[in-house]
Amino acid sequence: MTNRVVITGLGVVSPNGADLGQFRHALKNGLSGIRHDPQLEQLLFSCQIAGKPVIDEARLSQYFTELEIRNLDSTGIVYGVIAGMDAWKDAGLEIADSEVPDWESGTVFGTGTSGIDKFRSAIYKLDNLEIRKLGSTVVAQTMASGVSALLAGKIGLGNQVTTNSSACATGTESVLMAYERIKNGQATIMLAGSTSDSGPYIWGGFDAMKVCTYKHNGNPEKGSRPMSETASGFVPGSGAGALVLESLEHALSRGAKIYAEILGGNVNAGGQRGTGTMTAPNAQAVQRCIVSALAASGVNPTEIEVINGHLTATSKDTLEIENWVKALGRSGKDFPYINSVKGMTGHCISASGSIECVASVLQISEGFIFPNINCEDLHPEIEKLVDPLQIPRVCLEREFDILIKASFGFGDVNACLLLKRYHHGERSIN
Amino acid sequence: MEKEALISAIKEIVSPYTEDKTTLENISEETDFITDLKVNSANLVDIVLDIEEKFGIEIDNDSMAKMLNVKAAMEIIEAKLAENDRK
Repeated sequence: MTNRVVITGLGVVSPNGADLGQFRHALKNGLSGIRHDPQLEQLLFSCQIAGKPVIDEARLSQYFTELEIRNLDSTGIVYGVIAGMDAWKDAGLEIADSEVPDWESGTVFGTGTSGIDKFRSAIYKLDNLEIRKLGSTVVAQTMASGVSALLAGKIGLGNQVTTNSSACATGTESVLMAYERIKNGQATIMLAGSTSDSGPYIWGGFDAMKVCTYKHNGNPEKGSRPMSETASGFVPGSGAGALVLESLEHALSRGAKIYAEILGGNVNAGGQRGTGTMTAPNAQAVQRCIVSALAASGVNPTEIEVINGHLTATSKDTLEIENWVKALGRSGKDFPYINSVKGMTGHCISASGSIECVASVLQISEGFIFPNINCEDLHPEIEKLVDPLQIPRVCLEREFDILIKASFGFGDVNACLLLKRYHHGERSIN
Repeated sequence: MEKEALISAIKEIVSPYTEDKTTLENISEETDFITDLKVNSANLVDIVLDIEEKFGIEIDNDSMAKMLNVKAAMEIIEAKLAENDRK
């Protein structure tokens, strides 16, 4: 027997909203979180704009002890812990007592790297022959699993505690890994999510690859332009998203608020074969991932009402649309609504999938389809495939039942999942 | 340095690393950092670093390993301060 899995808690730290309320407001109103970044300018970046969540010290001290704040130099951990704790609280869940952990609850909280600023300062000390001055905080902040470890300690998680990493697919993959664990009866509650550091040392590599836009330094909010003809590369972002996943049975038994149900999904890779490379997707693999996710969820392509795409504002957006058209067998006016969070947040790298899953859940649970900003000049190649009305430029207030979300990452990896609106009062289990 | 002053300096340094404020208030030479003050053992190195900075001394690995209670810390600090004076 397998469990149905629902989402009962949300937390988010996004460039355009550092908590759930602000994020919802920004999504509905198409508000950008992209700003000019003086540090990037100073360091001679081509792209001098970025998406960075704003967290003040008062907020920080609500989540971290005084001792933890001392020498805390990992923005990814800060964002991840805040989003994770917010999601846990939003779900109405308790913190385990001081002696016994919560054996039935765990976390899969992903990241690309951790504490890159902490690493930098540690390396400077080491090279300066000051290893003995490192102190005790370097490992916990620079190990990839630092974020899941810290969350587990704060909440008292006694089930699986791990960190996944699959580049820009990390966040969506984390949700699917957590989903599988509950579905298979290995856990009752899983905190899923992902985070990504801020700053030049995480974004520099992308700038050097010339995949970020350098054409909007004077006009930051216009810089991230998914599906636009004038899209010229992504805007680097950062933050974290978190979702509490729970068996339907358990959620109902405790009277939890249910945001949506996860019907299923798929992760795969293109093996860097065919059109796939380290940085470009194998189109066949993308389509296969979408088709397999539909099959695993028992959803017919005609039932899809909204797509939340990966759509980063690079030249690959048209290819992504083409992949959706082929995988779903739908185009023109028959194509579902599609939108991209990245116009407002930039590309939050390893955090993008989870932040966008939070946006997807909000849409399906509250009945709206957020606007695509900065694509007033829709790419003509996209217009050939999809009717422009299916790419909303204003927020649509609309209740709908099925949403599909996909994220794709460097390494030619893909993740895709399906969400269903939860109708309260429905009590049947399988 | 006076014994009282030294204990009081150690008390201030250890303060952020312990949640047991009652034991901290009653700190004495006999107080053990881990068993009495419940300091996380990983934080002992941070306490040593803070002591080094406060007193302008350098504590070697062997001394560090012995620094598990207030008495040992006081002896090591005094020995290192005396070494500094001789230099």
